Amino acid sequence: MNKPIRTISIFCLLLFVALMINATWLQYWKADSYDKDGRNRRVIEAAYSRERGAILVAGKPVAESEPSDDQYDFLRTYPEPFKYSHVTGYFSFYDQTGIERSQNDVLSGDDDVLFVNKLVDLLSNKSGKGGNVQLTLDRDAQDAAYAALGELPVDPESGVVQASVVAIEPSTGRILAMASLPTFDPNKLASHDFNSVKTDYDRLQADPNEPLLNRAIQTTLPPGSTFKLVTAAAAIESGKYDADSEVPGGTTYQLPQTSGSSGEIDNEGRSCGTDKIPFSQAMENSCNTTFAQLGVELGGGALQDMAEKFGFNDDHYLDDIGPQATSKFPQDPTDPEAGQSAIGQFEVRASPLQMAMVAAGIANQGMVMKPYIVDSIQSPELETLRQTEPEEYNQAISAETADQVTQLMVDTVNNGTASPGAIAGIQVAGKTGTAQSGLPDVPPYAWFVSFAPAQDPEVAVAVVIQKAGIERGEIAGGTYGGPIAKAVMEAVIK
Amino acid sequence: MAQAGFVMGFVHRRRRGAELFLLVLALAVGIGAYAAVGVGVEGEVPPDIVGYGAGLTALAIAAHVVVRIVAPYADPVLLPVVTALNGLGLAVIHRLDLVYADNPLKPHGLPHKQLTWMTLGVVLFVVTLVLLRDHRVLTRFTYTSGLAAIVLLLLPLVPGIGDTINGAKIWISVGPFSFQPGEVAKVLLVVAFAGYLVLHRDALALAGRRVAGLDLPRGRDLGPILVMWLVSLGILVFQRDLGSSLLFFGLFLVMLYVATERPGWLVVGGLLFLGGAAVSYQFLTHVQNRVNIWLDPMKYFDQTPGSGQLVESLFGMAWGGLIGRGFGGGSPERVPFAESDFIIGAIGEELGLTGVIAVILCYGLIVERALRAALICRDGFGKLMATGLAAVFALQVFVVIGGVTRLIPLTGLTTPFLSYGGSSLIANWVIAALLLRISDQARRPVPDLSSSEDDDHADEQATQIVKLGSAP
Repeated sequence: MNKPIRTISIFCLLLFVALMINATWLQYWKADSYDKDGRNRRVIEAAYSRERGAILVAGKPVAESEPSDDQYDFLRTYPEPFKYSHVTGYFSFYDQTGIERSQNDVLSGDDDVLFVNKLVDLLSNKSGKGGNVQLTLDRDAQDAAYAALGELPVDPESGVVQASVVAIEPSTGRILAMASLPTFDPNKLASHDFNSVKTDYDRLQADPNEPLLNRAIQTTLPPGSTFKLVTAAAAIESGKYDADSEVPGGTTYQLPQTSGSSGEIDNEGRSCGTDKIPFSQAMENSCNTTFAQLGVELGGGALQDMAEKFGFNDDHYLDDIGPQATSKFPQDPTDPEAGQSAIGQFEVRASPLQMAMVAAGIANQGMVMKPYIVDSIQSPELETLRQTEPEEYNQAISAETADQVTQLMVDTVNNGTASPGAIAGIQVAGKTGTAQSGLPDVPPYAWFVSFAPAQDPEVAVAVVIQKAGIERGEIAGGTYGGPIAKAVMEAVIK
Repeated sequence: MAQAGFVMGFVHRRRRGAELFLLVLALAVGIGAYAAVGVGVEGEVPPDIVGYGAGLTALAIAAHVVVRIVAPYADPVLLPVVTALNGLGLAVIHRLDLVYADNPLKPHGLPHKQLTWMTLGVVLFVVTLVLLRDHRVLTRFTYTSGLAAIVLLLLPLVPGIGDTINGAKIWISVGPFSFQPGEVAKVLLVVAFAGYLVLHRDALALAGRRVAGLDLPRGRDLGPILVMWLVSLGILVFQRDLGSSLLFFGLFLVMLYVATERPGWLVVGGLLFLGGAAVSYQFLTHVQNRVNIWLDPMKYFDQTPGSGQLVESLFGMAWGGLIGRGFGGGSPERVPFAESDFIIGAIGEELGLTGVIAVILCYGLIVERALRAALICRDGFGKLMATGLAAVFALQVFVVIGGVTRLIPLTGLTTPFLSYGGSSLIANWVIAALLLRISDQARRPVPDLSSSEDDDHADEQATQIVKLGSAP
């Protein structure tokens, strides 16, 4: 019987070899794909339990991991919730947003930039702490932006304000302030009490006012009259006009190929002359008739080119935080569409960040800088591992043109509709906007974009008030947006 | 006869010292693992480590002393390997018990019960070795144990004492005890098959016809194999127990092949197995579920019946990687029944691939030592029994570890010596005792018959006794 016993031995050997090969396949070669499966709670829990790095603003944490003595070792806390919520995002057991998401590799310690730290941790058998992320935000500017937004009257119907502010340093593209209302408390979502997290998350998701939305980058609205900056830039860049030129005026303007009131553009009572008026008057009084005619004259293609140079139709220029809504300028508009687009209506849509980039580009001699919000990556010991260098995005207009548009914007603050943005002793360049929502029950959106000081700009701001307790008649003229922009600019310049 | 012994090579040494040395290593594994669990989970060496270690040592040393006295030539590797596995299993169960403590839905007090079962297992191990001085005695119980096995297998179907746990009707409950008769039945079946086959092997081996280069058995000899096939199918259909069904049929096939030395039986058995598998896949939904889950476990993750348990275990093993998370570093409690069927998942997660390979090698060692005993055993019954025990062990390990690591569809079986569960642990200790007994018989020097010649001078008139020892 020994021969079959030997055969059986070989058979058993094969069984055991198969088991060992399969175990190796599972635990070595396939391990990575199992670890990456979204349903693998082990990996998520490990990440959740780990000591994440901090998110810093001017060296002080706005998100940090604190030791916790419940089922997880660390609890993510946000010392200044609401104000920084949309930038930091939240770090919950279920998902992450904002910087918590985009910089997850650094914060969790997995990024290759932290390789040496990981190695040291491995050798010293410590559980690794993640790297820190230092933001470009300016504490004073952010405080001012959040405080100013908070002073807006509440919309009586929904009980909230929907508005946002973003401020950029024109010469670098550093984002100095980014605030959005309504906001939320990320501490509640980071809690270890998962039932309450779920309840709070469901409530935030179901809220029609979308508190989780970072309106500064994730909402696009018709930019209205603030888009006239782009139209003016295109007009001057074309060589046909400069800041001292006469431009077409008039109380009403019938768009080409249209008839009746739907194709008729007026100025809502602002003084825009009859035939030819100075360019400065057209900008100061935000003359729709002027800019519509300029748009038709320049043509849709020229407007589109100019808009795209500032960042319209580009779905990605902000790497650090997302998702980012794409600002849109319609493709190849016809003449009447170009006329409407020239005053920021029709299908033109812009995010507050986009309009801040327009202002910043004009402020920075026509050079638009790529916006960024991560200043540097630091090791857990606060040693800088990677510093973000400013990057040029596009030379949108010539320095000459930029000067001319700046001149028009200064006039608008000094003598025109943008006067609420004026700061005593400092020359401000600005432009208001009132955009028709195009929806019957939705009041117009109030915009304000500006930069200061006009000759040596330190900050460019865009403010949008999507919904607040403001009478329709008061929305125009920067009455509410202007002071917000002013507060932020003052905070930066001091 | 003595000359034959010299010609065949050498006389086996007893190697009890080696066994003792290996036992010390095995105890180091068991007690070390227990200490590591304490350090990993609670941050300190458990305060009862001395008592626990002493208890484990006492059990192992008792087993060793008994082996030294009643089976001095027994294989020196088996007892230490078994002790190491049992000790590791206890540590892992203790580790799981520590996390289960906070969860009212999980079982409690497992390590204590398992230690009690282990003690009982060692007692039965000792009893087996002491009472059974020669394994051939068991041939007397061929039909008795066959009948007992069938009764045990049928018991779970009897209303009142049968118990369905996790979908399989393989339990019986008497009072507070629940018991898996299949585990005991497998030992009895090995005895029954060995006794039956050693008597009928010639008939099964010699008669038959040759088809396409294979000696196929006669139709009338197919009876036993068909009966066994039907019993296996019955277990599958009525008790919904895929694992045991596969185990018993595979065991029978291996023993039949070894007894008859005819691969034809493997062909016939293999075809019967494939036929049965195909038919049961067609008609039995629980078999279909198992196969579907095996093919694509991720798809059924959130369903019921689904693959949540398997996938969690796979996640755990992947999470463990090469060296594991360390005791307390993983979350094996995420896998339902991590203490029994899925204990290898818990080991893979916290001790890594290294731990899994070590465990598989330990099992391989047990099978190898058992087959070695079968090879050198001098009687057919012993050869068959050792082979059968080795095969049942190898198949069970393959089916359960292969199932948990998704090599084959998952079927519920316990992992010998590691899994929590009294029936399994006791049955496996008895298997260890039987293997030691067979190896003791096999390695024992052939009785020196020439000594009678020396005595001739002392008493020449004595009636000459002709020893009719059977040739090896």
